[in-house]
Amino acid sequence: MSFEITTKDLDVFYGEKQALKKVNLCVNEHQITALMGPSGCGKSTLLRSLNRMNDNIAGVRVEGQVLLGGRDVYAPEVDAVEIRQRVGMVFQQPNPLPKSIFENIAFGPKVLGMKNKTALEEIAEKSLRAAALWDEVKDELKKSALALSGGQQQRLCIARALAIQPEVILMDEPCSALDPFSTLKIEELMQVLKKRYTIVIVTHNMQQAARVSDWTGFFLMGKLIEYDETAEVFSRPKDKRTENYITGRFG
Amino acid sequence: MPRESLEQHLRELQDEVLVLGSMVEKAISRSMRALKERDLELAKQVIADDEKINQKRLDIEEGCIEFIVTQQPVATDLRIIVAILNIIVDLERIGDHAEGTAHIAVMIGDEPPLKPLIDLPRMAEKTNDMLRRSLDAFINRDAKAAVKISAEDDEVDDLYNQVSRELITFMLEDPRTIGRATRLIWVAHNLERSADRVTNICERVVFVTTGKMEEIKTSRY
Amino acid sequence: MKLSPKISQKVAWIAMWIAGVIVFLVLIGLVGFVFLRGIPTLSPGFLSKPITEGGILPAIIGTIYLVLLTLAIAVPLGLGAAIYLAEYAPKGKLTSVVRYGIETLAGVPSIVFGLFGMALFVIVLIGTQSILAGALTMACLVLPTMIRTSEEAIKAVPAAQREASLALGATKWQTITRVVFPAALPGIITAVILCVGRAIEETACLYATLGLSLLTPTSIFHGARTLSLHLYMLATEMPGDRGALVAQAMGTAVILICMVMLINFLAHHLSSRYMSRIRGTGSCEF
Repeated sequence: MSFEITTKDLDVFYGEKQALKKVNLCVNEHQITALMGPSGCGKSTLLRSLNRMNDNIAGVRVEGQVLLGGRDVYAPEVDAVEIRQRVGMVFQQPNPLPKSIFENIAFGPKVLGMKNKTALEEIAEKSLRAAALWDEVKDELKKSALALSGGQQQRLCIARALAIQPEVILMDEPCSALDPFSTLKIEELMQVLKKRYTIVIVTHNMQQAARVSDWTGFFLMGKLIEYDETAEVFSRPKDKRTENYITGRFG
Repeated sequence: MPRESLEQHLRELQDEVLVLGSMVEKAISRSMRALKERDLELAKQVIADDEKINQKRLDIEEGCIEFIVTQQPVATDLRIIVAILNIIVDLERIGDHAEGTAHIAVMIGDEPPLKPLIDLPRMAEKTNDMLRRSLDAFINRDAKAAVKISAEDDEVDDLYNQVSRELITFMLEDPRTIGRATRLIWVAHNLERSADRVTNICERVVFVTTGKMEEIKTSRY
Repeated sequence: MKLSPKISQKVAWIAMWIAGVIVFLVLIGLVGFVFLRGIPTLSPGFLSKPITEGGILPAIIGTIYLVLLTLAIAVPLGLGAAIYLAEYAPKGKLTSVVRYGIETLAGVPSIVFGLFGMALFVIVLIGTQSILAGALTMACLVLPTMIRTSEEAIKAVPAAQREASLALGATKWQTITRVVFPAALPGIITAVILCVGRAIEETACLYATLGLSLLTPTSIFHGARTLSLHLYMLATEMPGDRGALVAQAMGTAVILICMVMLINFLAHHLSSRYMSRIRGTGSCEF
């Protein structure tokens, strides 16, 4: 088993407040890793430190390491922009840019300097197919992305992330704003995508974590309490706090 | 306390398991009494009552399905419900063994007794004792007790050996006893199997408590 | 006495209705008065003749010159400052001092800007009252508006869109130019319109910097007068035929009002078309 991402004693501070405490996590290649825990437990912070999205928050301080394919993401010579090209991200609220469907997909490749229209069109088709959206939008690529339904928008955001050919896709509660049917579509999609990508998903929905993920990590107050194969965590959690959380006896 | 309805539902299901358990215990002791005291009416009663045991088991299974659908249990809750689903199968099967013994009591009818029954009632008593304690261990989540009860299966096995040897001696001495002796061996076998089923229940207790799914003890038969 | 909620709601509604009607009547009365008095003056000659012959052509050209030059100075500067303040400025003492300074500047009377412009641009830098000096002064006057309005527009772009762009490997600058700026454009257009309006209407700061030249300007180093300034001069010129002067002033005011209305209409039209393109009604080709 090879690890795509490994964190070593990762501490993250927001000003005075410590959001992550000595987190050691190994994310397996081509698997889906779910991170769950109550609000404010640090799971989203962890997700966002994997592609250095936390850099943009004022007063954030990171200690420890995040190894992506063996290289420290936070090493001084590493550019956050380059990391984000290797580690794509899908957010809680679908956030298509106020541009056409095509321009949304082409945005990533374009900022990387691709100009060839045919090549961009090829990428758009490939990404949209991979995100199971092609058949629904192929005749209206010039339509504004904001005219799509919520579920379609989220799949567009996934397609957009795929267009920059990342190795890892981070998903921050990708279905929390969607209806159950769209949620299932995205969950199905994740199962297909994991064959080619490594996926890390933050979710509030325990059933979702149980349904889609191969490994599950439980966070509480900035600490990784338990990390194991999903079936283990949900049938015989080793830590009482995990048990209390997943059985709904939390607090 | 959060999840009051889940707790309530789970308690009710476990109470039902205890009810089923006591029905089965009753079936074992009554079938043995029918055999020993040649009480055909009682034997027929046990056979008729087995239907109730089967029905009870189906009811509990329904309840478990409803619990799974409505509460989506995980972790200990999930293990308890899985254990219940398994335990009720074991209980029903023990009930079937008791019914088998009752059938034999009917078959023997008023044949002259081969010998006074001493070891068989002891086996029945031991099995019943193990059964009752295994269900207590289940309710109390007592894995230690469960392991200990499992080990006691050896006593039942020893009794079974003793009874069969004795009955085989009868058969060797006087071939006319073969019919009667064989029937009693079946009874002994029923009880031995029942005790094995109790060890299954004990395994479930260990599973619920520790999450470990393993065979505690392999029966010699 | 306590009013029941139902009655107090009714009273409030009536009070606001009356306030609305009054404002509307004042507006109609004002514009109507100006139009009634001014339209008779309008003629092809009024628009095309030099001021010495009772026309306003030099003032129209002067206004256009001044507005364009003011925008050429104020928009890049203001936008740059707005982007810096909204996107880059660290949250600290210095930044808040700068922001406080801008707020204060917005409240300074325009005559003070005029004095400053005269002292610095006219006397020290250029040596004469001129369109350039006027535009520089005007740029100083409108900068606070430009900066604050654009900054608000930039800040109003949802963080989710910035994150979308950054997460796709765009640099901060790419994010600003390709995502934030297009999204903030309607607000920035509003800022520009506010500046245009200010430049058209303002007189006090131009009096000493732009000069009151009657001639048609041909270079930014020449003096000129804007429509507002011309209006002011007409209204305050004591000698001469008062009636004719007032009629000319009214005609100028009509042109002024029409110009402002036209600009507002154009801006509104442009930005609503732009919004509908990005909001998903109809196709977009950009």
